[in-house]
Amino acid sequence: MTKFVVEGLKATIEGKEILKGIDLEIKGGEIHAIMGPNGTGKSTLASALMGHPKYEVTDGSVSMNGEDVLEMSVDERARAGLFLAMQYPSEIAGVTNSDFLRSAINARREEGNEISLIKFIRQMEGKMKELEMNPEFAHRYLNEGFSGGEKKRNEILQMMMIEPKLVILDEVDSGLDIDALRIVANGVNSMRDEDRGFLIITHYQRLLNYIKPDVVHVMMQGRIVKSGGPELAERLERDGYDWVKEELGITDETVGQEA
Amino acid sequence: MTTQIVLPVELDAVRQTSVNNGEPAWLTESRANGVKLAQELELPRLEKMKIERWDLSNFGQLREGYAASAQQLPDSVASLVDLKEHSNLIVQVNSSTQFAQLSPELAAKGVIFTDLETAVREHGDLVQRYLHQAVKSDENRLTALHSALWSGGIFLYVPRNVEIEIPLQSIFVQEDDKTTFAPHILIVAEANSRVTYVDNYFSAQFDKTIVHSGVAEVFVQAGAKVQFATVHNLGSSTTDLSYRRGIVENDGSIEWIIGEMNFGDVMSETLSILKGNGSLSDMKVIAVGSGSQKLNYTTKAVHFGKSSESQMITRAVMREQSTAIINGITKIEKGATKANGEQTEKVLMLSPKARGDANPILLIDEDDVKAGHAASVGQVNQEQIYYLMSRGITREQAERLVIYGFLAPVVTEIPLEPLQQQLQGLVERKLGQ
Repeated sequence: MTKFVVEGLKATIEGKEILKGIDLEIKGGEIHAIMGPNGTGKSTLASALMGHPKYEVTDGSVSMNGEDVLEMSVDERARAGLFLAMQYPSEIAGVTNSDFLRSAINARREEGNEISLIKFIRQMEGKMKELEMNPEFAHRYLNEGFSGGEKKRNEILQMMMIEPKLVILDEVDSGLDIDALRIVANGVNSMRDEDRGFLIITHYQRLLNYIKPDVVHVMMQGRIVKSGGPELAERLERDGYDWVKEELGITDETVGQEA
Repeated sequence: MTTQIVLPVELDAVRQTSVNNGEPAWLTESRANGVKLAQELELPRLEKMKIERWDLSNFGQLREGYAASAQQLPDSVASLVDLKEHSNLIVQVNSSTQFAQLSPELAAKGVIFTDLETAVREHGDLVQRYLHQAVKSDENRLTALHSALWSGGIFLYVPRNVEIEIPLQSIFVQEDDKTTFAPHILIVAEANSRVTYVDNYFSAQFDKTIVHSGVAEVFVQAGAKVQFATVHNLGSSTTDLSYRRGIVENDGSIEWIIGEMNFGDVMSETLSILKGNGSLSDMKVIAVGSGSQKLNYTTKAVHFGKSSESQMITRAVMREQSTAIINGITKIEKGATKANGEQTEKVLMLSPKARGDANPILLIDEDDVKAGHAASVGQVNQEQIYYLMSRGITREQAERLVIYGFLAPVVTEIPLEPLQQQLQGLVERKLGQ
């Protein structure tokens, strides 16, 4: 049973503290959403959990089924079951999408037990069809020349192929039109599982119309300032964030220089 | 201003060896002239690199006598060739031919594929007409020395309208540091012919550094098409000085594929002279530098013909303390209207001590042309490594993917499958994987 626990997490970028003590507990089967205006530390949380080298964790702990995540390198975190669908995925020329994905899958397998090419291609083609992706994207260089929406679908494709235990979606809905949003949400919903947890970081409530969260957190000033059920997301959509700021006496919700 | 140069050759010795080897008078004179020119001429001036400081003292001794063709494929090269009845292959060890085979079908069509010394004896007029006409002996001290000392090498002659599908291959192996290592490749493709030539260079490890003085001259006549692929994989005690040059007539085309996989210092220049209207040149160079190698690569296209086109791509990966200066020169002469020249040089640095410099140069004397260049020097993008690692791929494997990805746009364009695989293997070896 997946259990992902974040306690008192603090992180800095270039010496500036962005995360000021984050607590979260996500169990298998649960979907958590983190909402908040721009510049409140949401994406920093995603990057710090994945282990981006620019962010330094200064305090707190993160564990995955009792194992210390912060002790792990980025690739070890991924192999332990963590997956981050990135807001700005890298473009890598010369590496085809399918070669990359096969390397990622084989990184989780013992030497000599690599996935067979035929099985891999069949799986990839199937998932690409679900995501309504053009089959030629398998042979294109990784994210190179992909539109914003194509990159996001490609992130979801990777998630579906890798089958992680804890999925973080960082603004996966930004830059998507309504059709793409539906496709991406369907992809995520098809991955809902007793043993898989989700942390959805989003700016807008509209994604949560398609993916129903169990818990909604509001982030401001590098902290989770409010948590509740799905009704919290609906109120934020209707009334915006000002009432939260008023309730908590916050004038400037942002933290650091982060956009 | 003249300074006394101590040349690695002596006029009398060169003349005597040529006579002893039974060479015709014109060749003995050509060699003697090379020695005299070498005394007068300077070393070439290299961009941002001092070749004057390189150890160029050992050009070896000219071999006397022709070893009889043993027709025995040396073990060291057996793995490189898939020898069949119809293969066309010449193998030279220490400048002596060890193996030579030309398929009877090609011989019947008038194709000549032999070592250059044999060609001098059997097709003297033909050789004399072309030898040193593209790379002239009076250009600098190195071209002069080469014309004095060339030894071994290939003559490939494809008559008019003959189209050859399978590549002709040669392999040069240097096993000692005493025999001159200066093969000369001479290719003549007559009008509307088509041919692919592939060669490989290897050398053992020596106590004393030896120079490989190589020249390739390719004459592409009207409407002919030549693919020239060369892979240099010389050891760290061999300094590679290579000139490759093609002269392309009307509607002819030349494609160069160059794998710079040496372990020693290198000065190489590959030049297409687009003389004819509608002539084409395509150059693809991949290079991996390691250790403390000093590398100076030049790709160059000179346009004389109207509507002539050139493409040049160089991609280099630099490890450890290696240094590379990469020059791309596109020159469009007055009158070469509608010419189009494009070039790209990219260097990927894997170590903070590696150095790479890309110098794109466009020299254009005609208004009605197109030309473009792109150059970049950079390190492995850490954001890319992070992205790959976030999918569970180890750092080592992630770096490997990025490096191969960097070379892929050139490697995947190589039209010969076995060559592609060979280069892939050599890149892996040079990257220490």
